[in-house]
Amino acid sequence: MTEVMTQPNAYRADFDRLIESSADAPAWLADLRRNAMERFEQLGFPTTKHEDWRFTNIKPIANTAFALCDGTASVPADEVDQYALGGISAARLVFVNGRYAAGLSLVRSLPTGVTLTSLAEAIATRDAELEPHLGRHADFTDDAFAALNTAFITDGAYLHVEAGVTVDGPIHLLFISTENANETTPHVSHPRNLVVVDKGANVTVVESHVSHGDIASLSNGVTEFVVADGADAKHYLIERESESAFNVETLAFEQGAASRFESHSALFGGSIVRNNVRAKLIGEGAHSVINGLYMPRGKQHMDNHMRVVHAAPNCDSRQFYKGILDGESRGVFAGRIVVDQIAQKTDAKQSNRNLLLSDKAGTHAMPQLEIYADDVKCTHGATTGEIDPKHLFYLQARGIPVDVARSMLIYAFAHEVLDRMTVEPLREQLEVLLMQRLPHAEKLATLLG
Amino acid sequence: MSSTKEIESLAKRDYKYGFVTDIEQDFAPIGLDESTVHFISAKKNEPQWLLDWRLKALKHWLTMEEPTWPFLPYGYGPIDYQALSYYAAPKKAPKSLDEIDPALLETYKKLGIPLSEQKALLGIEGAGTPAEARSGDVAASDAGTNRKVAVDAVFDSVSVATTFREELSKHGIIFCSISEAVKEHPELVRKYLGSVVPYSDNFFATLNSAVFSDGSFAFIPRGVKCPMELSTYFRINAQNTGQFERTLIVAEEGASVSYLEGCTAPMRDENQLHAAVVELVALDDASIKYSTIQNWYPGDPDTGKGGIFNFVTKRGACRGKRSHISWTQVETGSAITWKYPSCILQGDDSKGEFYSVALTNGRQQADTGTKMIHIGKNTRSTIISKGISAGHGHNAYRGQVKMLRGADNARNYTQCDSLLIGDQCGAHTFPYIDVQNPTASVEHEASTSKVAEDQMFYCHQRGLDEEDALSLIVNGFCKEVFNELPMEFAVEANKLLAVSLEGSVG
Repeated sequence: MTEVMTQPNAYRADFDRLIESSADAPAWLADLRRNAMERFEQLGFPTTKHEDWRFTNIKPIANTAFALCDGTASVPADEVDQYALGGISAARLVFVNGRYAAGLSLVRSLPTGVTLTSLAEAIATRDAELEPHLGRHADFTDDAFAALNTAFITDGAYLHVEAGVTVDGPIHLLFISTENANETTPHVSHPRNLVVVDKGANVTVVESHVSHGDIASLSNGVTEFVVADGADAKHYLIERESESAFNVETLAFEQGAASRFESHSALFGGSIVRNNVRAKLIGEGAHSVINGLYMPRGKQHMDNHMRVVHAAPNCDSRQFYKGILDGESRGVFAGRIVVDQIAQKTDAKQSNRNLLLSDKAGTHAMPQLEIYADDVKCTHGATTGEIDPKHLFYLQARGIPVDVARSMLIYAFAHEVLDRMTVEPLREQLEVLLMQRLPHAEKLATLLG
Repeated sequence: MSSTKEIESLAKRDYKYGFVTDIEQDFAPIGLDESTVHFISAKKNEPQWLLDWRLKALKHWLTMEEPTWPFLPYGYGPIDYQALSYYAAPKKAPKSLDEIDPALLETYKKLGIPLSEQKALLGIEGAGTPAEARSGDVAASDAGTNRKVAVDAVFDSVSVATTFREELSKHGIIFCSISEAVKEHPELVRKYLGSVVPYSDNFFATLNSAVFSDGSFAFIPRGVKCPMELSTYFRINAQNTGQFERTLIVAEEGASVSYLEGCTAPMRDENQLHAAVVELVALDDASIKYSTIQNWYPGDPDTGKGGIFNFVTKRGACRGKRSHISWTQVETGSAITWKYPSCILQGDDSKGEFYSVALTNGRQQADTGTKMIHIGKNTRSTIISKGISAGHGHNAYRGQVKMLRGADNARNYTQCDSLLIGDQCGAHTFPYIDVQNPTASVEHEASTSKVAEDQMFYCHQRGLDEEDALSLIVNGFCKEVFNELPMEFAVEANKLLAVSLEGSVG
């Protein structure tokens, strides 16, 4: 039924070159890449006739002949610090156009039992560790972008935390898009991250995407997270790319028994942004939080696509997504909770709230439940509206000018999402970013102390 | 809780309305092409414009593909549209009681329609109104309200009896079969037919436009409050004959009407296709309330074989200012229910409502919900949907709420709750909420739960057995919807739900 666009040929040539140049790659990886490429060519880029892409038209992506990043681009070291996490991270891996930049990265002393390398290096030196996980969680049977990423698996981050080890401070993965050295054509990168958290281990990963310059690049990333029994892992996605960049990010995680996982996202940048979260709770008593804020303006289009599968009993999941939409922007939230027959005593909640700031902005919300077990508690809720005039009046009555009051209420609306983020310095950074996007930021800052 | 064995034995209930009435049929030749449409149109002595419209629809239909998007985990076998007969009419057109086919009277008897009401239904002099006849039979109905019901009985494809025509015509109300309306009020039919559901709307509506057999037509002129509830009994009877009703209800400025639709169907081994279209038009200050009880044969509880495919397009247009359309449905039958009674809220300050109870048991599958399209300012809509899944049934709510750019201060409230009984069934919710106006506000809430043990315990303590306790709890779950039903239907709905749930305690 899916209408297929006939663009994949542009990617075929790049793919053949990649296979040729990586003749020494492990056989399993070569097979994986080949299968994924075949699948991508069968699927083609999705059109709005595909149910999962109903409200997101990716023609601008499908119709652009992106050049594959060759790893020659660089960014001056002193310009990278502005994107850093205020010196709090345990380690910072920097990727320029999807390729690891050792010179820009900092790895402080990590506890024993923690492996942190680029994926390219891991493929070269320890592929047996990757094989059981890589490509096993980010399903690409009906996802052209995940298929494309898998076909082009080259670089990204590999993190392994052994059983019982706690990593203090977040590990920061910084993805910078910049112009390729000798050309100005739009380029595509397919960053691929794999994080394996063993039993009872504890780690936080912050993934941020920025543009160095105003670039119409496509970043098509996939992050796979394997969270073993009793482990505690957190993932943050911060999207701050230029408003002409395209970004498709997929986070796929699988949780063992009594594990805890938090996925947080904050989307500010990008022209068309697609944020996929694919959760699978396979161990009893797992707990998941999926929390996010999207703030498109101008002509930005942000699409959040969640799928949480409860495949074991006694798990609970919470999804909170909030959108603040200005200009002519569009926001999409599609969330599906699937409760398998075995997953009795599931407790799942999902909430999507949107604030429309402009009469040209629009939202599409599709909070969905698919339930096959009877002893479950599942609820979802969605609301869309404008700022409550009564709330404005309350603040105005207390002498706050209407414009400032408006900003204040938007800030409060968004802050609920930030409150769930526990990495303090990151939250502070996001508060600043949030405030900068609101009118009367200075007055607001004074009022809020 | 009962043991599994008990549950299984209780779940094996028989369809109480499974029988076939043997009446001579006047069939259209099997298959569908232009000649079929010519045949139907000629049979009904239709004017050229209607034939042309049907042919246009057929031409368009041939270019369409059968949709696959509904959530039907068990799917259904392919329908061979060329193997169906598209027209069946009782040969005898009864004019008085003596001419009524005894088999039809027998059918009424089996449906449990009391004799006094049968007479009233058939317009026998001195029999009173069906409601009067009924008030003595239905314990819970309130005789004091003196509620009246006019019935247009559709037996297969042709309307065989219409009552109360005269009383209604005193008020200027037209209530007749759509074939009659085409002959007697062509200007009205031509003006409104296809104006809400165009011939090209969707696969099944287009098919219906090409081959619709009969249905009801109601026209309530300006300022008239319809003095009685209008009602149609639908039955599917002839083997292998899809039934394609077409219903059109128009309420002019300030008019109001309540319409009841209820159905049962004989037991059968082959799947029966049912693709109806209902169009409602409400002008300024008009109000239409449309209530349905659907209890067609759900198919064999173990295999799902033989049930009705109920693929219906129902849509109401609130064209006028302050107009109001309300849909209430109780869906307990059919192997597959696939329908979305919708409201297009075009007039400023217009109001749309949707109240639904959908129950799936055995291997029934339902993908049902509504669409509320807000176009005008200050438009309001309310959606209350209650889905109950038992046995191996799958029940999906699919609804769209759309706030268009001009829908200033529009409001929607949606609540859809699902109840699961047993661990082999499924409950699914697929809402689509599109908002393009910042002053519009949309609220959607959904929950899924099972019958709580403490609720059952409470009932047990007070001496209720499991069946009664479950029935009580489920009725409580559905109360918000049943409250919207006219009295006659509310009583039936309660009974129907209890029967449909027999043996589902788990």
